[in-house]
Amino acid sequence: MVPRTPRRSIVALGAGGIALSLALAGCSAGGDSGSSDGTVSLTWLVDNGEATVVTAQALVDAFEADNPDISIEVQTRPQGADGDNLVKTRLATGEMDDLFSYNSGSLFQALSPDDTMVNLDDQGWVDKLDENFVKTVSTDNGVYGVPLGQSMAGAVLYNKDIYEQLGLEIPTTWDEFIANSEAIKQAGTAAPIVQTYGDTWTSQLFVLGDFNNVLAEDPNWADDYTNNKAKYVDQPAFAGFEHLQEAFEKGLFNEDFASATYNDGVSMVATGAGAQYPMLTFAASQLMTSNPDAADVVGTFPLPGPDADTNGLTVWMPGGVYIPKSTEGDKLEAAKKFLDFVATPASCDIQSESTAPQGPFVVEGCDLPEDVPAMISDMQPYFDEGKTNLALEFLSPIKGPALEQITVAVGSGITSAADGAAQYDEDVKKQAQQLGIEGW
Amino acid sequence: MTTTTAPGRPATGTESTSPPSPGRRKPMKSPYPTWFFIPAGVFYVVLFLVPTVASFYFSLTRWTLFSVEFIGFDNFVRFFQEPQLVQGFINTFIYAFLTSGAKVVLGLLLGVFLSSQIIGRGFLRATIFFPVLVSTIGVGILFKVLMDPFGGPINESLAAIGIQGPGWLTDPSLALISVALVDIWKGVGLATLIYIAGMVAIPQEYFEASKVDGASAWSTFRHITLPLLRPATVTVVLLSLIGGLRSFDLIWSMTGGGPGFTSDVLASVIYKQYQAGFFGLSTAGNVVLFVVVAAIIFPLSWWLNRKGDES
Repeated sequence: MVPRTPRRSIVALGAGGIALSLALAGCSAGGDSGSSDGTVSLTWLVDNGEATVVTAQALVDAFEADNPDISIEVQTRPQGADGDNLVKTRLATGEMDDLFSYNSGSLFQALSPDDTMVNLDDQGWVDKLDENFVKTVSTDNGVYGVPLGQSMAGAVLYNKDIYEQLGLEIPTTWDEFIANSEAIKQAGTAAPIVQTYGDTWTSQLFVLGDFNNVLAEDPNWADDYTNNKAKYVDQPAFAGFEHLQEAFEKGLFNEDFASATYNDGVSMVATGAGAQYPMLTFAASQLMTSNPDAADVVGTFPLPGPDADTNGLTVWMPGGVYIPKSTEGDKLEAAKKFLDFVATPASCDIQSESTAPQGPFVVEGCDLPEDVPAMISDMQPYFDEGKTNLALEFLSPIKGPALEQITVAVGSGITSAADGAAQYDEDVKKQAQQLGIEGW
Repeated sequence: MTTTTAPGRPATGTESTSPPSPGRRKPMKSPYPTWFFIPAGVFYVVLFLVPTVASFYFSLTRWTLFSVEFIGFDNFVRFFQEPQLVQGFINTFIYAFLTSGAKVVLGLLLGVFLSSQIIGRGFLRATIFFPVLVSTIGVGILFKVLMDPFGGPINESLAAIGIQGPGWLTDPSLALISVALVDIWKGVGLATLIYIAGMVAIPQEYFEASKVDGASAWSTFRHITLPLLRPATVTVVLLSLIGGLRSFDLIWSMTGGGPGFTSDVLASVIYKQYQAGFFGLSTAGNVVLFVVVAAIIFPLSWWLNRKGDES
């Protein structure tokens, strides 16, 4: 569940948001007048993350300027699991907005796209998209989404100044990473590894970001996992849980790891209060908001595994924009036209202007601006050398929902790595059965 | 649920402590024609009966909102295999009995105190009741900030007098207790109110008589106030126990069941399953919760009220 935009620490607020947006949906369903004056008006549901809303509005403004007969209104929904529920409920009841943004990969698969969304595989832009991305918004029967935003990596954000002062090298194996962390601990000025369990989703990176290393050892792991053959209690996947436990037991976390939030974590790495923070590189937008002067201080390296030769980035695909089956007629045409626009280099430029990019684009012809933060430019060599692998949730439809609580428990020393991995295997089983996957 | 407690409500007077036994009711010809009941009946069936029956059905299915697959009792089997469920059960009981017990004791003391002749009684009564009126979620968010181990006002104040405050909500062994304390703070006003009402309903003659007989303050309390407050106690125990067993909002807004699963209760386990999209499974969880609450409250209510009859 990591790839979604940061979950607010106060989930209850989101619940309030659901109630409110349901109420709003009730209103708009009644007053849906359509196209009396020849213009088509659409609504577009996006999550309420500040960056998402700004980008969405910027795209809409540009699109409306070129298409005066179409108007699009941006609607927001809560993030995290509350938002998932809202999207599922609206799709199931046919009350979905004309366009909606949502994750790609396993969360997208959980929406039963074949039954609920409009197949877009005949659209011209499909060929211009990165092949890996297309896989994450497709089923056997069709292609359903256009990418919004950039791909990103689950990696370690680190403070370059601290590394320089202590004369540390970027670690390429887990042992080097621990050695570096011990050296930082010795120096005593910064927390070696930042953890922020005030926002529980941030705890999953040790496990999810390690997936490049899992695939390096067993290229078939994702398929075996989907087919109920590979488990987290066994190596190589167990390493993620093990690493989390090891880091806790060696006392490498910041003092306030149990209550600190995601925003705190990003600031800590930026200011040098923390040295290394396993996180998704979408943290770039938070960094540019809270500590813009640290744009060149915070860098990125992959979560290291056992083997230096296979050291590489675990990559997340951007979310997509989809059209639900409930959009028909003129509105469907207008919606397709908008998606057409979203998949153009012009749209990419607007996206990188409105919010700080978090990684490379997945649309042909889209380039990142020159002045991206170091966190993002550090990723480019791995992409250029092909040292990347997709995260598990893009290779398998199954992602257990309780991982964040389990990793908090392991990272806080409440549960052992072995118990945590076993709990997660059970959680995965539940999800697989719910999805109706063969062999579970 | 409130109907079970209604007979014990002190406001209705001391005579009505015994529940009206069904045998006493004579079949009475209704003064209204049958069609008069149809609107209410339709509402009842559509809004209560249908969902209840449907929830029993859906608890036996694997339900994604998009499709339903009948799987028998698998959900219940799976629910009881949830790793956090055992912990959740234990936590639910700890939470319910802790908050209920504390509300009875504190509510009784405050009730007695606030029905005595003291200066500013009305103001003090209002103050103790205010937390009840505030939104639970608001209270939760507020206390989350207050109890922050680093820079939270509570620990800052403790530090000022040289005490190193604990991680109220982040220490696995303390999180549930911290939430329970806030629940008690928030809920004790209602218990106090019920006790005050109970105190007012005690005829003054008893107190005058005991004074004439030379009873001490303690024996007046022990032998007059306490027994005659029984109906109020029954109400407070039942209401707070039901509230404690199904409590969710405060726990969710303060800890989200964390750290890890250490402050999970039944209701938060169920909620997380809803969030994850396991609709059939979580409906099964709600059926379990219903059965557990009923299995505790009905015998308890019967027992408490029966004791009331004997005395």
